[in-house]
Amino acid sequence: MGSLLRIVNGRVYDPANGIDGEVRDVCVRDGRIVADVPPEARRIDVHGMVVMPGGIDVHCHIAGTKVNLARKVQPEDHRHDVHPRTRITRSGTGGSVPSTFATGYRYAALGYTTAMEAAVTPLGARSTLEELNDTPVLDKGFFVLVGNNVLLFRLLQEGRFEEFRHALAWWLSVTRAYAPKLVNPGADEAWKGHRNANITDLDAKIDPFNLTPRQVIAAFIDAANTLGLPHPVHIHCNNLGHSGNYETTLETMRIAEGRRAHITHIQFHSYGSVAGKSRDNPTSKASEIAEFVNTHPNITADVGAVMFGRSTSMTADAPLAYMLRQFGGHKWINADTEMESGCGIVPFTYQDRVYTNALQWAIGLELFLRSEDPWRMVFSTDHPNGGTFMTYPALIRLLMDREYRKQQMAHVNQLALDHSGLRDCMDREYSLYEIAIITRAGPARLLGLADKGHLGVGADADITIYEENADKEAMFSAPRYLIKDGELVIEDHEFRAEHEGRILHVAPGYDSAIEQVIEPFFEDYYSIRFANYPVHESYLHHHQLVPTVPGTPGAAAT
Amino acid sequence: MSDNIRTVTDATCTFCGCVCDDIVLTVDLDTHSITKSQNACVLGKAWFKEHSIEERPRALIEGREASTEEAVEAAAHILADARFPVVYGLSDTTCEAQRVAVSIADMIGGTIDTTTSVCHGPTGMAFQAGGESTASLGEIRNRADLVIFWGGNPAEAHPRLFARYAVTPKGMYVPNGRKDRTVVLVDVRRTPSTPVADIFLQVKPGSDFEVLWALRALVKGRKVDPSVEQRTGVTLAVLEDLAARMKACRFGVMFFGMGLTMTRGRHFNAGALLALATDLNEFTHFVAAPVRGHGNVTGADNVVSWQTGYPFGVNLSLGYPRFNPGEFTTVDLLVRGEADAALIIASDPASNFPKAAIEHLRRIPVISLDPKSTLTGALSRVAFTTSTYGINVAGTAYRMDNVPLPLRPAFDSPYPSDQEILTAIRARVSELLGGNRLPVGPVGPSPARSAS
Repeated sequence: MGSLLRIVNGRVYDPANGIDGEVRDVCVRDGRIVADVPPEARRIDVHGMVVMPGGIDVHCHIAGTKVNLARKVQPEDHRHDVHPRTRITRSGTGGSVPSTFATGYRYAALGYTTAMEAAVTPLGARSTLEELNDTPVLDKGFFVLVGNNVLLFRLLQEGRFEEFRHALAWWLSVTRAYAPKLVNPGADEAWKGHRNANITDLDAKIDPFNLTPRQVIAAFIDAANTLGLPHPVHIHCNNLGHSGNYETTLETMRIAEGRRAHITHIQFHSYGSVAGKSRDNPTSKASEIAEFVNTHPNITADVGAVMFGRSTSMTADAPLAYMLRQFGGHKWINADTEMESGCGIVPFTYQDRVYTNALQWAIGLELFLRSEDPWRMVFSTDHPNGGTFMTYPALIRLLMDREYRKQQMAHVNQLALDHSGLRDCMDREYSLYEIAIITRAGPARLLGLADKGHLGVGADADITIYEENADKEAMFSAPRYLIKDGELVIEDHEFRAEHEGRILHVAPGYDSAIEQVIEPFFEDYYSIRFANYPVHESYLHHHQLVPTVPGTPGAAAT
Repeated sequence: MSDNIRTVTDATCTFCGCVCDDIVLTVDLDTHSITKSQNACVLGKAWFKEHSIEERPRALIEGREASTEEAVEAAAHILADARFPVVYGLSDTTCEAQRVAVSIADMIGGTIDTTTSVCHGPTGMAFQAGGESTASLGEIRNRADLVIFWGGNPAEAHPRLFARYAVTPKGMYVPNGRKDRTVVLVDVRRTPSTPVADIFLQVKPGSDFEVLWALRALVKGRKVDPSVEQRTGVTLAVLEDLAARMKACRFGVMFFGMGLTMTRGRHFNAGALLALATDLNEFTHFVAAPVRGHGNVTGADNVVSWQTGYPFGVNLSLGYPRFNPGEFTTVDLLVRGEADAALIIASDPASNFPKAAIEHLRRIPVISLDPKSTLTGALSRVAFTTSTYGINVAGTAYRMDNVPLPLRPAFDSPYPSDQEILTAIRARVSELLGGNRLPVGPVGPSPARSAS
């Protein structure tokens, strides 16, 4: 049970309620925002500070089998960045893939209170929930990988769309997931069954299925909208990282035809190619991509910005990781999951002098600066793929501080800047209000989390209080206070309490007859028993079931 | 047999790393015993049969019977007073208990280590050096048309690896099962596993690395001198044939065991095998898979990794995790006489550690948790009797391919679980220390170390 609090004298940024820097009180009782509290409530005077809802990361990789492999494979990345215990908090290690406890504390220490793990195999759902349960402070959920699921493909190619939808609902429910995730749909069969090939054309046949990526994407968009999921299908498009891939991205967005869809780490999907060049260097197509998103309100996206320095590429897109292996150095992991997914991991360093890396950095910024609707083009680095979450304050500064941006541009590969449009959108600076949208209110809305991302009465009392500072990187690096569910977890920059956080998940209804379709498939092809596949409620600990609103596409987003 | 019979379907066997989850148990609830374990292998049948409830004291303190509460109090004092304690074992308990064990090590600033350090620890190190290409067992079952076993004897150690996952079962792209697969066995001697193989390579003991390296060269189209036969006992022609098969298959797998990791070369052997599998991905799809021993040793690796960043041999005395096999692995800590207390969970090091390590265990206060009477229990200052995971205790165990599985207990035990005892110890240690212990000044065996 949280305490009674009255936060006074702070400048409040609460875009969901139209509050733009107004000095006003925020009251907290029993873990929620309330209109008023009795006089005995503790007063916290935050004069000279900025009050925002807790940060929400819409797309990151923080828990599960793939993340733990990436953690295990990099002792050298932990050694230089230790996270000592305190009397009340656990120790851990950092680097680009921190240990679970360090992940929770470090997110909290940047002002974040919610994070979504973005790629989990159904078979690995249990381990993801165990790890998330060891990730303190944050509320968290995960997106379950369904875009290369063999049984779902079989139902689709036979035109059994209704059963497909029930099976998808079953998968979301029994794995305790938050949203369906597609990664390079159709590629797994090429990778695992055809000597590490890939699929590059939305209209190519996904051998041996009588099916194309376009059909798969359309079916998932349709099913997710019909099920009324709080967050629509979360799409990692085909051809990630390849020159010229922006056409695939545009085409994927067109498939939605007005229905809700979320395109993730869209920066990695905004590349053109130099016409007539044999050496296939990418160019920026941020302008075309941003224009499409700007004019299609059914589409939401997160940027997946690239920040220079150490990262880890970890993805269900195994062919991509294999390609990156040639740039990444000496370590490579491939991990296939039966009937469900591929996985690739490559430790990676983005360098400002390298053409491609500098171009990726520029495209990420360009997408932010060309976005006309911050509610639908939200903040992410695809942690740790484009950069770790520890780079968020620096990225915020790049968006808010034109002069700083110019200084940074002077250090990077200039040819890459020539092939980007970044110099054309230098006027814009994000305001604190817009930052609050892209890091809080926007992610909450597109995730369908009605009680998060705002400070209106009834909202979860997840509140971050930053000291105002002209240097926005410094400001966003260390909140003075962090309140989670009404509890002062960080006070005067120090952890004062342990907090567990909740698992956020959905349970869309399905016709239980679908189990009679799924079970025989398990008998034939899975290596675990059907009865041992659904994740028991005991793995959820504190949790919150987020409702679905079937038959009213888009309703959950308002 | 009584009439009070219960059947448990889809039960999970935690004896070995196969963690088969299709066991049908017939349980006699009057005698607290499992009378039948359908689908289990010979090892699994013995595991289920032998874990009935024995009349044992709930705990022993210096050999005297004690209550669980008294033993928790004694154990907590040992751990709170220790300056360089080690927490070891964990491979035969639930992930839920493992998580508490790591938190105790963190709280007291001890070392956390698991039986991985004496089995596939070298594989973990090789993995850290270069990564790996791997797959879930079901992927292998459905796709692998070339299956290689290297340095292991699954017929006796992991009997159902052949039948359930890798050799005989029919799969999506190997519809005829055994007929669609080529099976290769590499070992230093013939074993009961040998007859399963189409091709058997008998290598000279201690020459696995050379064989693997020669295969890497051949796969890459390099020349290998025929003298490789004198060194390894395998002719160049046989190696060339195997390299060609590896490149030609559609989905290849190399399983490997402690014949690689615990013989001359250790992590170099494992690294050579992982590198060979990686190299082969230039030509086809190829994976490697360590064949893990204890039922939940893979879970231990995962839990220690997600909580600390490192898989085993992790010291927390400076206030944060440090990894150094050879320094913070239990055998080494004991042989050098550094550990001043030990908390041993679901493992019996006194039965298999080197003599010098066991002698040190006799000198220091040891706390042990085990369902059975063990040599480690006999030398412990505080010995708890626990219920058995998977038979009396629910929870999670990880199969050797990192797939987590739920446990379905067959009958209740009067004894507490590892998790319950560890949680009680942790709560009491926290009271004694006032929360987590913070490092003050030099700690550990070397006076030069400091927290700064």
